[in-house]
Amino acid sequence: MTSIPVSSRAGWQMKKPSIIPGFGLTLGFSLAYLALIILIPLSALILRTTSLGWSGFWAVATDLRTIRALETSFGTSFVAALINVVFGVIVAWVLVRYRFPGRRFVDAIVDLPFALPTAVAGIALTALYAPNGWIGSLLAPLGVRIAFTKLGIIVALVFIGLPFVVRTVQPIMEEISREIEEAAATLGASRFQTIWRVLLPGLQPAILTGFALAFARAVGEYGSVIFIAGNTPYQTEIAPLLIVIRLEEYDYAGATAVATIMLIIAFMMLFIINLIQAWSRRRYGYGA
Amino acid sequence: MAPNPVKVRRRAGQPPRHSAVTESPGARLGLMAIAFAFLALFLLLPLVSVFVEAFRKGAGEYIASLVEPDALAAIRLTLTVAAIAVPLNLVFGVAAAWAIAKFEFKGKAFLTTLIDLPFSISPVISGLVFVLLFGAQSVLGSWLRSHGVEILFAVPGIVLATIFVTFPFVARELIPLMQEQGTGDEEAALSLGANGWQTFWYVTLPNIKWGLLYGTLLCNARAMGEFGAVSVVSGHIRGLTNTMPLHVEILYNEYNFVAAFAVASLLALLALVTLVLKSLLEMRYSAELAAS
Repeated sequence: MTSIPVSSRAGWQMKKPSIIPGFGLTLGFSLAYLALIILIPLSALILRTTSLGWSGFWAVATDLRTIRALETSFGTSFVAALINVVFGVIVAWVLVRYRFPGRRFVDAIVDLPFALPTAVAGIALTALYAPNGWIGSLLAPLGVRIAFTKLGIIVALVFIGLPFVVRTVQPIMEEISREIEEAAATLGASRFQTIWRVLLPGLQPAILTGFALAFARAVGEYGSVIFIAGNTPYQTEIAPLLIVIRLEEYDYAGATAVATIMLIIAFMMLFIINLIQAWSRRRYGYGA
Repeated sequence: MAPNPVKVRRRAGQPPRHSAVTESPGARLGLMAIAFAFLALFLLLPLVSVFVEAFRKGAGEYIASLVEPDALAAIRLTLTVAAIAVPLNLVFGVAAAWAIAKFEFKGKAFLTTLIDLPFSISPVISGLVFVLLFGAQSVLGSWLRSHGVEILFAVPGIVLATIFVTFPFVARELIPLMQEQGTGDEEAALSLGANGWQTFWYVTLPNIKWGLLYGTLLCNARAMGEFGAVSVVSGHIRGLTNTMPLHVEILYNEYNFVAAFAVASLLALLALVTLVLKSLLEMRYSAELAAS
């Protein structure tokens, strides 16, 4: 039995014995690289925040412009993630259940937001939804403005969030066994009742995960939003943009404080969503 | 774990056209119409508009915007950054997946979580951490500057920020794949007398090559397209520290739309190539990719 003498506690083993070589090398390299690229830079952020002091931090956190930017970011992200859940589930359903020509193409195009650089998406959406754009010019006579308003931010966030919902829900949908639906149908449920009361509750954990992923991504999104947002302080300014503006003003303390608040709120929301998910998985979920 | 039950079931026979477990044809058409309209409006139309806008003033103008020196410098920088960042993350991904998938050790779950960390951090914050670390106000930054090393507003900073945001891609693809494959093949090779390096090269690598390619493809697409993190650390010096996405932004803000969309169309082509290769890999080698 070989055990790596890391701990002095008797009987405590760092790793289970194995004949496969390379543990020390690969883990050592991974940890060193992780520390160098991720952990040390991130600790610079934490150090910088603690050096602000509570009063300095509080001053930035309660600044009206910060609050408005955070409200804009989290509010638009929430709405966009909701829209993504509705349409993402429909898209996933169509892809899983129906066979039609070009299905592979439609399936592949869902990943476009993963592959298309955000700046490209940003200028393309702006060109479409601006008052003189293809879609914007159709909506302008109706008095609807999308680009340079909060609606524009939502459009950009819907774009980047969609694949998160589809790709989380799709594999679980494929696993639904037909017997459940047949049982519901034999017991007299209409098709709508079967979907609404039997299938969707089982998909709930996956839908929540997709929502959480789309939401988390939307909150931090920058490239696709800044072109279409208009970026008016107190109105259409998102929190990541405020960080960039503070940096350009050499206000490192301000930038750090906004970043820290964003990280704290984002982690809190993910934690809450994880709890809801664990609960809903126990109550409805398929398998584990 | 059974290898990929999902894909097997997808190929199973279709249910009859209309039965108790399918929607009525009307509902089916309606749902398909909603899905297609949504995808067309939000995904397809923006993609098409990139190319339409790029060619608005004809092919001559399009080409001229691409061969202009600043655009060429941006293309060169983007390729350079990806050429450094992607191989580094690839080596890390393989090493981390080997350690995590082939061994049982304490703190494994925590390590896996840490690897995913960059995905849950805003790109802007990913850039910010390097500004705080290497900026003029930091001890490290001023020390490096006094020794003539420029990180921020220079290529090294751009490379670091790109590595940060693309950090998880390869590892995240390989870890579940190698966990699923287990250690049986490697143990057999070792017991037959292969050394560790031979085992990796002749046994493990052939097993993971498509997954590795898949992860690298996604990593590369993100590395070349990253905007937020790079924008914070680059300093936007034309011809020097402007990557392609940053060049697109500058042109767009100067109302030089044709040139902006011309450069953007190259990035859109990259995205299309990535999607095609990705779909091909998923179609051909779905069993050899991680079941996600």
